Amino acid sequence: MAVLDIGIDTAVVSPVKRKRRVGTLFWMAITWIAFMGVASIFADLLLAHGPIDMDMLERRAAPSLSHWLGTDGLGRDELARLIHGARISLTVGLCAPMIGLSIGGGLGILAGYFRGRFETLVVGSMDVLLAFPPLVFALAVTAYLGQSLFNLTCILGVLGIPAFMRVARAATLSLAEREFVVAARALGASHARILIHELLPNVFLPLLAFFLLGVAVTIVVEGALSFLGLGVPPPAPSWGSMIGEGRESLELAPRLAFIPAATMFLTVLSFNLVGDTLRALTDPRQGAL
Amino acid sequence: MSAPALLSVEGVSVDLPTPRGNLRAVDQVDLRVAPGQTLGIVGESGCGKTMLSRAILQLLPKKATLTGRVRLDGQDLTRLGAEPLRKLRGRALAVVFQDPMTSLNPVLTIGSQLIETLQEHLEFDAATARKRSIELLAAVGIPAPEHRLTQYPHQLSGGMRQRVAIAIALSCEPKLLIADEPTTALDVTIQAQILDLLAREQRRRHMAMIIITHDLGVVAGRTDEVAVMYAGRVVERAPTPALFKNMRMPYTEALLAAIPKIDAAPHTPLPAISGRPPDPTRPIAGCAFSPRCRYAMADCHQKKPALASAASSDHQYACFHPIHAAAGACV
Amino acid sequence: MLYFIGHRLLYLVPVLLAVSLLTFLIASLLPGDLAYVILGDQATPEKVEALRRDMGLDQPIWWRYLSWLGHVLQGDFGRSFRTGQTVLQAVTERLPVSIELMLLAELIGLAIGVPLAIACAVKAGSSFDRFMTGAAFAMLSVPAFLSAILLIYVFAVELRWLPATGYIPFAEDPIGNLRCLVLPALTLAFAEWPGIMRVLRSDMIATLQEDYIAMAKAKGLKPARILFVHALKPSSLTLVTITGINIGRLIGGTLIVETVFALPGIGRLLVGALYTRDLIILQGVVLFVAAGFVIMNFIVDMFYAVLDPRIRHGRA
Repeated sequence: MAVLDIGIDTAVVSPVKRKRRVGTLFWMAITWIAFMGVASIFADLLLAHGPIDMDMLERRAAPSLSHWLGTDGLGRDELARLIHGARISLTVGLCAPMIGLSIGGGLGILAGYFRGRFETLVVGSMDVLLAFPPLVFALAVTAYLGQSLFNLTCILGVLGIPAFMRVARAATLSLAEREFVVAARALGASHARILIHELLPNVFLPLLAFFLLGVAVTIVVEGALSFLGLGVPPPAPSWGSMIGEGRESLELAPRLAFIPAATMFLTVLSFNLVGDTLRALTDPRQGAL
Repeated sequence: MSAPALLSVEGVSVDLPTPRGNLRAVDQVDLRVAPGQTLGIVGESGCGKTMLSRAILQLLPKKATLTGRVRLDGQDLTRLGAEPLRKLRGRALAVVFQDPMTSLNPVLTIGSQLIETLQEHLEFDAATARKRSIELLAAVGIPAPEHRLTQYPHQLSGGMRQRVAIAIALSCEPKLLIADEPTTALDVTIQAQILDLLAREQRRRHMAMIIITHDLGVVAGRTDEVAVMYAGRVVERAPTPALFKNMRMPYTEALLAAIPKIDAAPHTPLPAISGRPPDPTRPIAGCAFSPRCRYAMADCHQKKPALASAASSDHQYACFHPIHAAAGACV
Repeated sequence: MLYFIGHRLLYLVPVLLAVSLLTFLIASLLPGDLAYVILGDQATPEKVEALRRDMGLDQPIWWRYLSWLGHVLQGDFGRSFRTGQTVLQAVTERLPVSIELMLLAELIGLAIGVPLAIACAVKAGSSFDRFMTGAAFAMLSVPAFLSAILLIYVFAVELRWLPATGYIPFAEDPIGNLRCLVLPALTLAFAEWPGIMRVLRSDMIATLQEDYIAMAKAKGLKPARILFVHALKPSSLTLVTITGINIGRLIGGTLIVETVFALPGIGRLLVGALYTRDLIILQGVVLFVAAGFVIMNFIVDMFYAVLDPRIRHGRA
């Protein structure tokens, strides 16, 4: 299938790290991510208000000293909701791709190394999973399992497995024929040893780059689901649900939609930047910027 | 050289900026080609011969700077605008590149690549262009030409593809044809056929031709004049018979000696030229060939010899201590 | 050539079968006894039992799957118990809307992406090129619902040029129809053009360095011809693949946009079926969408062979 072919042809791993300067944009992205991370961890200590404390007298209030970013339609502090939303988005965003990375990456390395019928089976089943429009799949399974943070993370994690599998397999395929693998095998190394000591370190970097891109995509998908009201259940704030709620107030207070939108955009952009820079460092042919 | 030159290259130098410093790919080259004449330019890879051909065509990479003049039929090409230049190319000035697999567009048919040139320069309509294309393909020795028009380059053999490239180059009756290593990418058995084809067409059309090659054997008997290039400069220039009878440059002698001979005794060591071509970003003070020259003396390492002639004006060489060697003399 | 097609078709069948199985399983595993849901407050144990037997819900799952599959292969996708429509009717009603949206989106995406890609390739390395590449990269970080909100705010709320929601069929009022689709199509196109531009740009930059382009210049051809005939054609391979994949992906991806802009398309049909537990519709539509995606990939593979004659002739 065309989708699969591109994956194999274009992912090539160069074990030698190029001496490339990472630009200022890269560091700005790292800074933003770090800032978001720190803010979401220490949210409770820093914020004056809770994310679900309603103050009906101060609905849609403009930014002020007591509410730095104003309040939303139900009088809840925007800043607090924003930071707590960061917590949720980052949690899902980081944990879900971990599932993809561990299961998908593992399957990919094994498939690329052992080849044969095992590989055909793995690739074929991933094809079937890929044939499903991801949003549809997520919605259907959410309806089955119920809406919760944990369920959402699992579903998004599972959806990421085929992509990680493809990247890991492509990287492994190009490495498995190289001299150092053949040499290790000639020296009598067991499969496990080759996999862990020879292949894994070299496949690691492209997988890491892909992982960061996966974080960006997951934050977007979680945002989309929450936007539709089908992601993280209310009243827990998520950037997506804040944007969805802000949509109602577009005429009165557009900032209610645009502040979480801008924050989400910057976060997704940062992860994309870091992931893409890493990918360009390890695989020049795929570099974008 | 009494006839007015068709092509005149005057003091042309090409400079390329690289991360390691300025690269002088072509250094003060003077050449003349009269109408109907064939000039051979010979040299190792990296001596600047391809850059020179690009300079003549005014198709240098964007970063390159060209100094000097290139005159075709009296017109100064270096001063011409983009549009008049475009009209000249393919029409008065044509080129055949080295590898026909990469110089022909793989996703366009042979026919369309022939017809577009005819339609562009000679303004033929489709039917006339098609008829003419078939005639051209037949003239270059391609069997079943009508069938070929709808085929793609990958469906033809290497020799046939080069014939197609030649047909394209000849299609608008150019006054000057530049053949850049026309046979290097081909089988040895085909090489002679292609060279004969070029020579025949040239005579028939009274066309001037420049053959660029690294192989002295290619120019013997097929050119009127030979210019030998080394490190971006012309180091020896003479009418072909004179060159082979009386080489003055040690480099020319070494080049000829490096050609393996079929009648040499078995296990004869292959005389390669020792050392490597100079790094163009680090020019040395003396003669560029002196590190590898077996006749080099002290002054060769200190000053650069100019291209000058001693006896006859049409045999020039750049050497302080020219030798006297003839082709066929023992190695 | 026929062997090539046949080989691909053979691979298609097991994938489609597996997709149908997965669809069926998901639909069947949804909680809530279907019979109860249908009967509502008329539910009594006897009626529930009767209905279950009627609908075959008491049979083992593999029997139900095969029975459903058998019907599907005969063209009978089932009938919604809510609306009474057959799945085919519901789909054919909604499909044109989604397809119109998808095609419009892809067209706009190409209209933005292709010229930008060519301009950037020709001016590779210039500040224009760097700016555009950066803009494309940033655009990729803007999800569809964000663009939707932004577009709605600018064009519907502030400028009031275009409607925020709603749909008018083409047959009724072509202009009105296009007015309703502009914002949703633009939203989707914003997500499409960066990928298109990137892919075409990098292919064109590589192509422009090829010998045959230097040859075309040496032949004295017009720059426009060199660009659009000699350079564009060999560079468009990846573009065509990407476009095909995009359209295939869009089949399931119009969901968000249809919901935000209230368009009666396949995506909203699906979401509705989920809410109302209309399993028959759910199964049928998901199967349609997934199958469409798979078939789209197959068509892309075929088109690939058309564009590159080397593939057609068995990789010379």
